[in-house]
Order: sequence, then structure tokens, then C-alpha cells
Amino acid sequence: MTAFLKLLFRNRLAALGAVVLSAVLILVLLTPVLPLQNPDITATADRFQKPFTEGHLLGTDHLGRDLLSRLLHGTRLSLAVGIAAALIAATIGSAIGIVAGYFGGRADNIIMRGVDMLMAFPYILLALVIVAALGPGLMNALIAVAAVNVPFFARNIRGITVGLAGREFIDAARLAGMGHIRIILTELLPNVLPVIIIAMSTTVGWMILETAGLSFLGLGSQPPQADLGSMLGEARSALISHPHTSVVPGIMIFLIVMSINLLGDGVRDALDPRLRSGALSRPRAMTLVERKGEVPAPTDDLLAIQDLQTQFHVGDRVYRAVGGVSLSVKAGECLGVIGESGSGKSVTALSVMGLVASPPGVITGGAVRFQGEDLIGASYESLRQKRGDRVAYIFQDPLSTLHPLYRVGRQLSEAIQSHHDIPTAETQARAVQLLRDVRIPNAEARVDNYPHELSGGMRQRVGIAMALANEPDVIIADEPTTALDVTVQAQILSLLDDLQRERGLAIIFITHDFGVVAQLCDRIAVMYAGRIVEEGPTPSVLEAPAHPYTKRLIACVPELGGGQRALAAIPGLPPLVDDLPPGCAFASRCEKAQETCRTGEVMLKGDASRAVRCHYPEEAI
Amino acid sequence: MGGYIVKRLVSAVPVLLGITIIVFLIMSLIPGDPATAILGSYATPENMEKLNRDLGLDKPVITRYFIWITNMLTGDFGRSYSLNRPVIDEVLERFNATLILAGTAFVLCSVLGILAGVVSAARQYGVADKIITFVVLIGISVPAFFLGMMMILLFAVNLRWLPVSGMYAIYGGGDLPDLLRHLIMPALALAAVATGVIARLSRSAMLEVLRQDFIRTARAKGVPERRVIMGHALRAAMVSIIPVLGIQAGFVLSGAVYIEIVFQWPGVGRMLVDAILKRDLLLVQGGVVFVAACYVLFNIAVDVAQSLLDPRIKT
Repeated sequence: MTAFLKLLFRNRLAALGAVVLSAVLILVLLTPVLPLQNPDITATADRFQKPFTEGHLLGTDHLGRDLLSRLLHGTRLSLAVGIAAALIAATIGSAIGIVAGYFGGRADNIIMRGVDMLMAFPYILLALVIVAALGPGLMNALIAVAAVNVPFFARNIRGITVGLAGREFIDAARLAGMGHIRIILTELLPNVLPVIIIAMSTTVGWMILETAGLSFLGLGSQPPQADLGSMLGEARSALISHPHTSVVPGIMIFLIVMSINLLGDGVRDALDPRLRSGALSRPRAMTLVERKGEVPAPTDDLLAIQDLQTQFHVGDRVYRAVGGVSLSVKAGECLGVIGESGSGKSVTALSVMGLVASPPGVITGGAVRFQGEDLIGASYESLRQKRGDRVAYIFQDPLSTLHPLYRVGRQLSEAIQSHHDIPTAETQARAVQLLRDVRIPNAEARVDNYPHELSGGMRQRVGIAMALANEPDVIIADEPTTALDVTVQAQILSLLDDLQRERGLAIIFITHDFGVVAQLCDRIAVMYAGRIVEEGPTPSVLEAPAHPYTKRLIACVPELGGGQRALAAIPGLPPLVDDLPPGCAFASRCEKAQETCRTGEVMLKGDASRAVRCHYPEEAI
Repeated sequence: MGGYIVKRLVSAVPVLLGITIIVFLIMSLIPGDPATAILGSYATPENMEKLNRDLGLDKPVITRYFIWITNMLTGDFGRSYSLNRPVIDEVLERFNATLILAGTAFVLCSVLGILAGVVSAARQYGVADKIITFVVLIGISVPAFFLGMMMILLFAVNLRWLPVSGMYAIYGGGDLPDLLRHLIMPALALAAVATGVIARLSRSAMLEVLRQDFIRTARAKGVPERRVIMGHALRAAMVSIIPVLGIQAGFVLSGAVYIEIVFQWPGVGRMLVDAILKRDLLLVQGGVVFVAACYVLFNIAVDVAQSLLDPRIKT
């Protein structure tokens, strides 16, 4: 609770709302003992005095009554009526909701039908009907406003109750022989109460406004008694000649409603943990770059990642997701990047085209060169022109990576039209051809499907087709087969293999699956805790792993037909990338680790054809 | 699609019946004798009896309900005693004015609200976002009737840009430009709160969508950022914005009652308030049922729009 209040008041606006609201409440509570004039005494001779005149701080109204006194008494009345309406609505609505939710079945059905009917009205129509039936008057306005808000509480509380009624502690109470009323009062109500209170605090401002509104229309409080609404209503006829009589009550309503809104927002934000972590931040169009240090010189590779460093800045914490990674591919080559979840392989891949979500992602060093041109320092437009055109991505989980509301054909067309000025009729035809290329049967019909109408394997092929749309030079495939079953996976892999051969494109293939790597890749890079620990041609890495981590990782793979043997899981967990130990990141899990492994920097030894980051490699390289 | 619309229309029938039952039940709760309320306490017994017979009040409640509802189905909503004309004629005439006002306000709040929300989300924590957030906070906190009064003071009285009130100028008015000049202030005042609510919702819906994987896909294939925001993200965000537009339409319709009073707009809301103060109950009953029915139909249109927008909804 104190943590909640602290969080609430760290929000300066919410604190402001609380201060204004408390000030109004204190004033209103003190009203009877303040030295104020009688709010109902008329003095026609003193009518329409301006504010700050002698004896009348806020002036007088059309009957010469003191406005300050009327304002405070009116506020008192408005707040009292609004809060009373909220209490009544909450009590009746919650009772209905609890009964419907607890008993369920037919009672629930009938009650909720009735609630739906009431909610089919624009709220004021219902309020007007009730006031029409009962006659104008403050009490009747209160009843109308409370009645209009009953369905809101009934529906919300019913939802909560339905969830609770199925829980074990209710069953236990029932088995213990407790009656329905006792279960509701002693077991359900205490659990529902916080929700009722929150719902009430968010609606009370609204109800104050609604009763003021009815009074404004002349259907609420009747003269000489006045709440804020009827003060404003009476002042309306003198709006043009004496605006201050309208402005005074109007500003008071505004202050009350705004402070309740501010407070309500604060409460909501403090209760919503997503907002606390800042996770609701929108990722920018490209990853933020704050590059320190020198930019490495160009090489003659098609795509070269050079000493890339990508971090996540969350609050004060810095997560070094990618801590100086260098990789490169040549045309027609397939490079496999392998590692456990969280090793930084996906972040490396996304950094290439500035697709790491930022905030919180920041590229803090190194370079990514496509045909020698540095992409990290490139402008948004020059990066955009290469995205999908020269360097394309295939992502994992095609259900979430395809737009759910666009037809597949349109998404393919758009990939082309983002880079080429080609009429839609032509790109649609090209889309069909692309779907055929990735072996989707009945491609002519499939272009008009939405993603949810396709199977997982087909969606993944659409993802591949989209990457191929502009015949790119490089494809970065981020675990494209992880979500698929084995037969579909094999088809997708052979498809990629064919494409690589036919079109001579370079592929960076990210996975945690050695089987896939062995089948597809010419070279392998193994990542651990944001760095490359071993790199080399596929056969030599798989058959003679040099880094203890690679060796253990390969030992984890069950072998088909290899008979039963104990799978060698690696003990311990990878280190957290916001708190990397000095020396080798794998040292704490490594059997061969010596003292030297735990200090200083362990360098990657060897060259791009075969390298390892270890003082005591398993194999000489 | 046609089948879906028919299905929704059929499902509206019990809702409409429910509305008539609720209105009828509340109206028959009236304390005392309606004839006395209408004729006053000095009426002769003969007159009271005649009126009771005319109003059908001498019959049992259920019979009265069925008479009322069958009459309504034939377009007979009864006769307003205070205006001495058929209720339906008056309601249709007034509803036309309300529709112009509330419809304009609804279009305004939808367009402005969504636009503000999108800009706010696309420039999160930027200057535009902060300005919009501040204006929205003010907008949702000012009661529509007070905002309307302040607008009259500023734009009509002090600056003399716009007419103070009414729907047409009394002399020489009546054409479209005249209507528009009269419409600007009330429509804006009516749209203010809903604009704020929709802007807030659109902002958070956009922020939610912009974090989705398919936005990253759109960027990865090189879609220009403007299209990512206004196309991919907004399209997906609309799925959660549209239902709120339906709810806000109800609030706009409700707010119209206040705005019609403030700007003396000859709409159905002002008619209802007058009718309540004059105890013209048939007029209240007929007006409420008519407007509520229109609102139910409008919400069906919203559902249909939603199903057109989201192919995942089974129709």
C-alpha cells in the first residue's frame, strides 16, 4: 500500500489532483463554521456585484446573494449528492453483480439481459425518464443518476465474481456447510470490495458531473437551494451581461472534475505494472545510435558486422545484449549463428537494419557494412531503402509477424511497392508467383487469404516469399523454423537451400538447433552471453568443437538411433547481461576453468576461418 | 455479410422490446394520478375521467403496454397535450436538428480524436504529445455546458465571430452557410469531451500496436514510416478504437441535451427537458423510445463496421 502511494505521488499530476481535491474537501467540510453570509438571503439592491467588492469576495448573483457563500454551500451539496449517488449505485450494482456471478445459470442470464437492456440507453435518456416519472427535484435527480450507473457496477462486479466463484476457497466454504448468504458476505465480499472501491473512485467524479448536469437543466435541485449545476443554470440568463456569476460555479465544477480525473489516472497508472516498467514505449522507426569509439574500416565482404555493441537501457540498468560481435558473409554463403536463448543472436541480427526496438535498445559501438557502406551511421531513408530490398528478414512465429488484417497478397505487393514504382496489378501477379516459388499450392487463391486462414507452415512460407520479393542480396533468418513441426521444418530448409543455390544469396541463419545448422550452413558462429565464443566451417566446428561451451552444447543434442544415454545438460544458467563477470562468461559453468579464466579479457584467437575465445580450448586450431 | 446484418437486426428486436418495457415500467411508477398532474387539482371529475379514458389509463397496465406498443408500430406515438400535435411529428422534426448537431460532433470527435491520438503516439514524449495530453486533460474535465457558455462569451459576445445561439438566423437565414455558422460552436462544445476520450484511447491503442511484431515486419520490408503509422498501425488500432466510438456516440447524444439548452438548439433533448417540466409524459415516452431505438440501430452499424474491418470476426 505504501509502495502504491509512493508510486502515486511520484506522479506529479496525480499529486496535484490530490492537493486540489483535498483543498476543496476541506473548504466544504469547514463551510458551516466559516464566517459566511446566509447563502439564501436576497438583497436585490446589491445584485450583480462584481467580484472583490466590499463584503462579497466573489460578488453577488442576480438576487444579490453572496456568491462565495453560495459557491461553498453549492459545492457541498454537489459533492454530497454525487458521493451519495456513487454509494447507492455501487451498493445496488455490486449486489446485483455478486448475485448474478455467484449463482450463475438462469438467474445470471436473466439479470445480465436486463443489465444489457439498461446499457442500450444513452445514459441521459434513462435519467430523463426517471426524472420525468418522479418529477424534478434533487432527490429524484440523485435516484436517477444512481440508477443509471447501477448497470456499470453490476457488469464489472459480476465479471470479478464469476472468476472468484469457481475458486477453491468458495468450494471449500460450500463443503464446510456454509449458507449462500454467509459465503457471499464472508468469503466473496472481502475479495470483491477493493474492485468496488476502485470502480467507485473512478466514477464518482462522473456522477458529480451528472447530477450537476441535471440540476443545470432545472431538473435537479430547486430554488432557493442550489448546487453547482443549478447555480450555473440560473446564471445562464445573465451570461452575457454578468459573466462572473457563471464563471464562478463553472470553474469549481472544472476543478473538481479535473482533480478527480488526475487522481484517477494516477491510480490507474500506479496499478498497471506495464506502465511502470516503461514497456508501453513505442519503438522508433530505427534503433537509436550512440556510437562511441572508432568506426572500423570497411572490408570487401558483402555484409560485415564489425565489433557491434548493442545495449538495452532500462532505467539505470544497462543490459549488454551484444558485446562486440564481428561476423561476415559473402555472396552465396550461409552463416549459422547458434546459441541459447538470450545469447544475443537475435539482437545481433536485428541490429543490422536498425530494427532493435528502441527504447530500450541502443547501438553503442561498431559498424554494420553492406558492400562497404556503414548502415549504423546511415540516415533513416537510406536504411529504409535497403530494408527488404537488399537485406531482408525472415522472422520466427509468422502468426504475429504478418499483419493480421491485410490479405497475404497485399502484404507481398507492399514489400515490392515500397521499393519499386510498379502498378498493383503487376505486383499482385508477382505475389502469386512468389507464393508458387515457396511451393504454396493453389497460390492464385491463397493471395486473397488473411494470415489467420493459413496453416503455420504456410504462413512461414509467406514470410519467406516476402523476404524474397525484391530478390535481396542477404537474407537474415531469425529462427524461421522453430515454431514448426519437423516435416514442415525440413521442407522449409530445403526450400531455403535451393534458393540460396539458385539465386546466390547470402543467408545469416539464426537458430539454437545444431541439426538445422548442419543441414544448411557453410560456417557456424557460436554465441554466448552477447559474444562469439567460437567460429569456423560447419564440419570442423561440429566434429571438433574447440570451445568447452560448444562441446557441451553439442553433447546436449539427442542423437536419433544413438541408443539411450544420459543427456549432458549444462549445469547452471548463462550470466545476466547486466552483470557480466570479468574474464570468460562461461567460466562459472565450465569444468576446465582456471583462475586465469576469471580475470581480464579473453580474446577471440584465430582468424575468421577458425577462431575460439578460450584459454584452454578442447582442440588446437 | 448480408446474413450477418440480418442476424444483428433480429438480435436487436428483444433489446428494443426491453427498452419499451423499461420506459413503460418507469413511467407507470408515477406517483399520484397522471390526470391530476396534467389537469391540475381543480379539474372536474368528469374531465378527469374523460382524460383517463383518452389516455387509456382506466385499463390494466399490461393492456395499456400492448396498446401503446401496437400503436407505436403503426407510427402512432400518441398526442402531445402541451403542443397539441402528434408526438411522432414533433419528435421527427426535433430529431432532425439533433442529428445535425450530434452527427457533426460525432464526426468531429472521431476525426480529431483519432488524429490527435495517432500524432501523440507517434511522437511519444515529444512536444506535440505533451501539448495534446495537456489539452485532452482540460477537454475531458470541462463540463460541456460550461464550455459552451464560455465559447459563447468569447466567440459570440467578445469577438463577434459567430452567432450566440439558435440553428438559423431569425431574419434572412435558412441556407447552408447560415446553418454552418450556427453549428460550429455547439458542435465543438459537444465534441470536446468525446474528442479527449477518443484521443487518449487512440494513443494507448497505437502504442500497444506499435510494439507488435508485425510492425517490425513492416519496417523490415522497408515500408516508409508514415505508412507504417498511418497504415499498418492505425489499421490494427482501429479494431480497438471502433467499439469506443460506438460508446462515445451515446455520450455525444447525451451531451446534446445540455448543448441544445445552452445554444437553444431546437433538438430532441431540449424538447424532452421542456416536456418533463410541463409533465407532457407521452412526449417524453415517445421521444425517449425513438432516440433509444435509433441508438441501438447505430450500434448495430458500428458492429457491422467492426466486422468489415476485422476479417477475424466470424460473420
